[in-house]
Amino acid sequence: MNKFTSKILSAAVALSVGLGFTAAVVKEAAAWEPKKPVEFVIMAGKGGGADRLARFIQGIIEKNGLASKPFVPINKGGGSGAEALRYLKDRAGDPHVIMATLNSYYTTPLRNPDIGVDIAEFTPITRLAEDTFQLWVTTDSGITTVDEYVAAVKAAGPGNWKMGGTGKGQEDSLVTAMLEKKFDIKVTYVPYKGGGTVAKELIGKHIDSTVNNPSEQAGFWEAGKSRPLASFTPKGKLQGRFGDIPTFEELGYGSDMVYYMQRSVIAPAGIGEDVQAYYVGVFEKVYKSAEWQEYLTNKGLIPGWLTGSALTEYFLTEREAHRQMLQAAGEID
Amino acid sequence: MEVLGLLINGFVIAFEPLNLALIVAGVVVGLFIGAMPGLGSVNGVAILLPMTFLVPPTSAVIFLAAIYYGAMYGGAISSIMLGIPGASTAVATTFDGRPLALKGQADKALVAAAAASFVGGSISVVLFTLFALPLAGVALAFGPPETFALMVLAFATFIGLGGDDIPKTLFSILIGLVFSTVGLDIISGEPRLIFGGLTGFYHGINFLVLAIGIYGIGEMLWTIEISQGEVLMSKATVSFRRILSNLRDLKGNIKTMIMGSFLGYFVGILPAAGATPGSLMAYGVAKTMSKNPETYGKGNIDGVVAPEAANNAASTGSMLPMLTLGIPGSPTTAILLGGMVIWGLEPGPLVFTDHPDFVWGLIASLYAANLFALLINIGFIPAFIWVLKMPFTILAPIIFVLCVVGGYVPTQSMHDVWLMLIFGVVGYFMRKLDYPMAPMVLAIVLGPLAEPAMRQSLIGSQGDVMIFFERPISGTIMVIALFLIVLPLIKNMRKRRKRNAANGPN
Repeated sequence: MNKFTSKILSAAVALSVGLGFTAAVVKEAAAWEPKKPVEFVIMAGKGGGADRLARFIQGIIEKNGLASKPFVPINKGGGSGAEALRYLKDRAGDPHVIMATLNSYYTTPLRNPDIGVDIAEFTPITRLAEDTFQLWVTTDSGITTVDEYVAAVKAAGPGNWKMGGTGKGQEDSLVTAMLEKKFDIKVTYVPYKGGGTVAKELIGKHIDSTVNNPSEQAGFWEAGKSRPLASFTPKGKLQGRFGDIPTFEELGYGSDMVYYMQRSVIAPAGIGEDVQAYYVGVFEKVYKSAEWQEYLTNKGLIPGWLTGSALTEYFLTEREAHRQMLQAAGEID
Repeated sequence: MEVLGLLINGFVIAFEPLNLALIVAGVVVGLFIGAMPGLGSVNGVAILLPMTFLVPPTSAVIFLAAIYYGAMYGGAISSIMLGIPGASTAVATTFDGRPLALKGQADKALVAAAAASFVGGSISVVLFTLFALPLAGVALAFGPPETFALMVLAFATFIGLGGDDIPKTLFSILIGLVFSTVGLDIISGEPRLIFGGLTGFYHGINFLVLAIGIYGIGEMLWTIEISQGEVLMSKATVSFRRILSNLRDLKGNIKTMIMGSFLGYFVGILPAAGATPGSLMAYGVAKTMSKNPETYGKGNIDGVVAPEAANNAASTGSMLPMLTLGIPGSPTTAILLGGMVIWGLEPGPLVFTDHPDFVWGLIASLYAANLFALLINIGFIPAFIWVLKMPFTILAPIIFVLCVVGGYVPTQSMHDVWLMLIFGVVGYFMRKLDYPMAPMVLAIVLGPLAEPAMRQSLIGSQGDVMIFFERPISGTIMVIALFLIVLPLIKNMRKRRKRNAANGPN
């Protein structure tokens, strides 16, 4: 081998090693990206608040190109979200699954220890907002105030007033329990698979009242078919047209008639920190998008970005609060 | 005729070059997605949703509607050709489509499916145009008692006048209902029948897994047995003239097509029902109405026509609750709904007045998609027949692979693949012992709809069963259902008396 060729050879070797090294560094520095479509599990049925929200988020992600692979919503609403929770547990370590949560995230594992889900194990991604609740009746009922409502329920006789809501032990039933306790009334609670169906059942007069989220009744309210009587929020928290609905506090029923629904995103246990960081990044862009900010105001949600350990802490505090609520309602021991 | 003016305006929109191109592309894509077992219109619409952000909202929904329609046509193809339901909506098409193909009449079945789909699509679009708003009221009037009554009626059509052995049919329905309760209870959230905590059962039994197992695998095993090692080849042939004569032969099936279309459309507009229950119910009703119900399941062309007309009609129908109530009538429309929100269109009672261009453009494009789906589908029939001409020794492994893929795709878990194989073996034995399998499939589809409806009704009435009979709509449906169940018993008794009378003098 002459000198020249060996020089070229060593240069080539050096170059290729160098390239290889750079490639390795680049590979290491490159953030995690999904390699296939991401399953976006919704722990509620189609057409409800959680479902609409998840599909809206999917739209924002796709419209603005926030992710390299599509986020595909999948409804697993069975058993008050137990189906979805169990699904996430079984997918531990899978980086291609995330889930949009609601408050059944706390209540369902508490009520069904059998499903073997501990939410402390899941990986928190972000809390995007807190959804609110209002008391709704049909316009045809002629009821315009909370006082008239209470009188109507009492006149119907115990158990004859039908309140529709999502699964037993879920948000709607807790809010209903609050109402019953506050006003000393007794209603029959009829569970449905999703808030959208509940809204439609009210308009079809199969039930007498609901505690729907704003987004679920908005269309019927606009069309003059349903009417909100009062909002389960603190004074001045809601903006836009939903801000015009009186709160229970403003109506003089005390400040304890407040209940929120968290709108968060979580991932299974055992995913890498890089994967977690990736999803937080995607949702941060979602949160800052004009579409999201507009949605919050239009649909009566309260903004609430929260992530990391603060979110875990929030989840655990809320779980404790719900444990007490369920105990008070006699749902669990 | 304000509606007519709006519709003509809609046609102008649908026939814009971009929209027309999207219709054709959507139909072709949908046809193939629908024909692939395990992939249905849901997957097609979900995968292609992002693409629609590149075009205006009206064009976007036209594209997705064309995929939806194309998939409804396509689902029938693998049902008929391979005996594997191409999509959940095409399960009922397998019942008679596959036997027809085995008899060498695949072309007849494919033409019938295409023509019935076209009729179903056309009738439903006309109904949609004329009665969209009043029918939204019907969807509202359907509460839990009405839904339950409708489900009872569906079961009744499978028991009554069936021509099959009634105890065997009942057994089949009941076992299907048991399967449908596996998983988490909808009302209380408690797990039920999970075989000591097998995690795969928490999600319930996906009915497509059952259908692919019973029909795909079971059918394959059966064919292997009857061929006895001989190389079996389908005798299918096809020519343009045959297609035309097949079309002419369908004159006698028009009544069934019209029945299927109306029924499918009606079931489609009920929120939560959708095209799968619609097509199964149409099959049951067609069999009930038929003069010779015993030929069903053995290759009766009406058994292909009814569900195909119904599933296309239902797919149009399910647009109605989505647009007017914001509640999707089927999984696919749920995805369309998500699309509408991001396009800035708020579904709800006001969508017809706030966005007439969108609504009527969509309706007109349904007409157009329907026509193109028919033409494209018929154009492809020779290619499909060519596949059928392969010897069964080659076809069987292909069917097996497609079944496994189809069982895996919906939930992506091996649990479902094993379950599907077990159902396949069970299906083979059921067939050997002459148990009807269609009622079992019906039960596993309708069970999850019937059970919560019944429990919601009874919670509302505080346990009073009369709620199903007191309300005018549910009461009427219940009485018809009970009549259909009792009728065969009376018929049987009469037959026996006649026989006794005939035997008496001797």
